Amino acid sequence: MNWDWQVFLNDDGSGRTYLEWMFDAWGWTLAVAGSSWVVAMLAGGLMGTLRTLPNSPWLVRLANVWVEIFRNVPLLVQIFIWYFVVPKMFPFMQQVPSFLLVVFALGFFTSARIAEQVRAGVQALPRGQRYAGMAMGFTTAQTYRYVILPMALRIIIPPLTSESMNLLKNSSVAFAVSIAELTMFAMQAQEETSRGVEVYLAVTVLYAVSAFAVNRVMAFVEKKVQIPGYIVAGSTGGGH
Amino acid sequence: MFGLDMSFLNWDIISKFVIKGFIFSVELTVIATIGGILLGTLLALMRLSGTKVLTIPATFYVNGMRSVPLVMVILWFYLLMPAAFFDMIPGGANNRSEISAIITFIAFEAAYFSEIMRAGIQSISRGQVNAGRALGMTYAQNMRLIVLPQAFRNMVPILLTQTIILFQDTSLVYAIGAYDLLKGLTTAGKIYGRPEEAYLLAAVVYFVICFGLSYVVKKLQNKIAIIR
Repeated sequence: MNWDWQVFLNDDGSGRTYLEWMFDAWGWTLAVAGSSWVVAMLAGGLMGTLRTLPNSPWLVRLANVWVEIFRNVPLLVQIFIWYFVVPKMFPFMQQVPSFLLVVFALGFFTSARIAEQVRAGVQALPRGQRYAGMAMGFTTAQTYRYVILPMALRIIIPPLTSESMNLLKNSSVAFAVSIAELTMFAMQAQEETSRGVEVYLAVTVLYAVSAFAVNRVMAFVEKKVQIPGYIVAGSTGGGH
Repeated sequence: MFGLDMSFLNWDIISKFVIKGFIFSVELTVIATIGGILLGTLLALMRLSGTKVLTIPATFYVNGMRSVPLVMVILWFYLLMPAAFFDMIPGGANNRSEISAIITFIAFEAAYFSEIMRAGIQSISRGQVNAGRALGMTYAQNMRLIVLPQAFRNMVPILLTQTIILFQDTSLVYAIGAYDLLKGLTTAGKIYGRPEEAYLLAAVVYFVICFGLSYVVKKLQNKIAIIR
C-alpha cells in the first residue's frame, strides 16, 4: 500500500490545508464534548441526587422518568429530535444555534448515565452518614451538601471517567447534523481526496489521544481530591 | 398539536418501508450479539492465557476498539472491505452497507463482550478450576465444562444489557446508509413530507423496545441469580 501523507498539505478549496481543517474539526469535537460534559454533569448530578431523596416520591419518580427516557432512545435519534423536531414544535428554539442543540442532545443523553452513577454512589454510602447529618440538625439540603455528596462524588470518579471518555467518543455522532467535527471531517475529506486510509488514521489517532487525555485528567482529579485513608481504584467500564 | 400531524401513518407505509428496516436492525443485533460473544470469549481466554503471544494481541485489539468511536469503526470497515469480498456473497453487491455493518458490529462488540466475559471468568473461584484439574480434566475441558458455563450464567444480565445498548447503536449504520429501522422510518417520513413526525415515531419505537427489554432483563436477573 502506498502512503500519501502529502494530502494533508493540499488546499481544501477554501484557502486552508486539510491539516488546518482537521485541527479546526478537532477543536469542534473538543468543544462539543466539553460543553456537553458540563450539561451532563449538572443535569446528571441533579437527577441522580433527586433519585435518592428520602421523602419526596414525586421528585424520585420525575428523575426516574428522566433517566429512562434519555437512556432508552439511541443518541442519533435524540440528536435528530433536538435538531429537527424541537425547533418545529417550539418555534422560539429556531433561534438556537445547531451547536447548542447538539450539546443539549449529547449532554442530556449522557446525564442519564451519570445520574445512574450518582445514585449508585449515594446508595453505596453507609446509612449512618445520613443519620449523622440528621443528628447534627442539618436539613436534607445541608446533609447532601456537606455529608453525602462530597463522599459520593468522590466514590464515583472511576465510572465517571469512563462515562467522560464515552461522551468524547459519542460526540462523533454529531456528524449526522453536519457539525464540523472530526468524523464529519473524516467523511468529507475521504470523499474529496480519496485518501481515506490516511485521513481516517489521523482522525482515529486524534480520538484515541483525546480519550487518553480525558483519562489522565480524571486520574489527576481523582488523586487531587482523594481523602487520605481511602483507596483510589483504577477504572474499567462497559457501555459506549 | 405543536404543528405535528401523525395521520400520514398507516399500515401500508409500515409494511412498505418500516418492516424491512426493523428486520435488519434485529438481524444485526442478534448476529452481532452471538458473533460478538463467541469472538469476545475467545479474546477473553487469550487475555487470561498468561502466554504473551496471545495476551498482547488480544489486549491491543480490545483496547484499540474501545478507544475509537463506533462511527469511525463503521467507516473504517466500510472503506477497507474489498469489493471482491461482496461479490463472493450472493446478493452482496447490492447490500454492501448491510454486510459491512454486520461484520463491523461483530468485530466491535467482541471487544466489549470480551471485557464482560473476562470479568465473568475471573469471578469463578480458583477452587472450581482446581477441582476440574483434580478430576483429570485438560485445560480445554476445564474451560468448556466448568468455568465458561458458570461465567456465562453469572454474566447473562450484563450481556443482555450490552445487547440493548448494541440495539441502540445499530442506528449508527446511518453513517454508511444501511437500511435499518431508523432509515425505514425516516425514508417514509421524507416521502410523505412528514420528517419530524418520523423522527418522533422512531424515538417512541426505540424507547418501547429498549425499555421493554430492560424490564425483562431486570426480571430475569432476579430469577436466575445463583443463590449462594
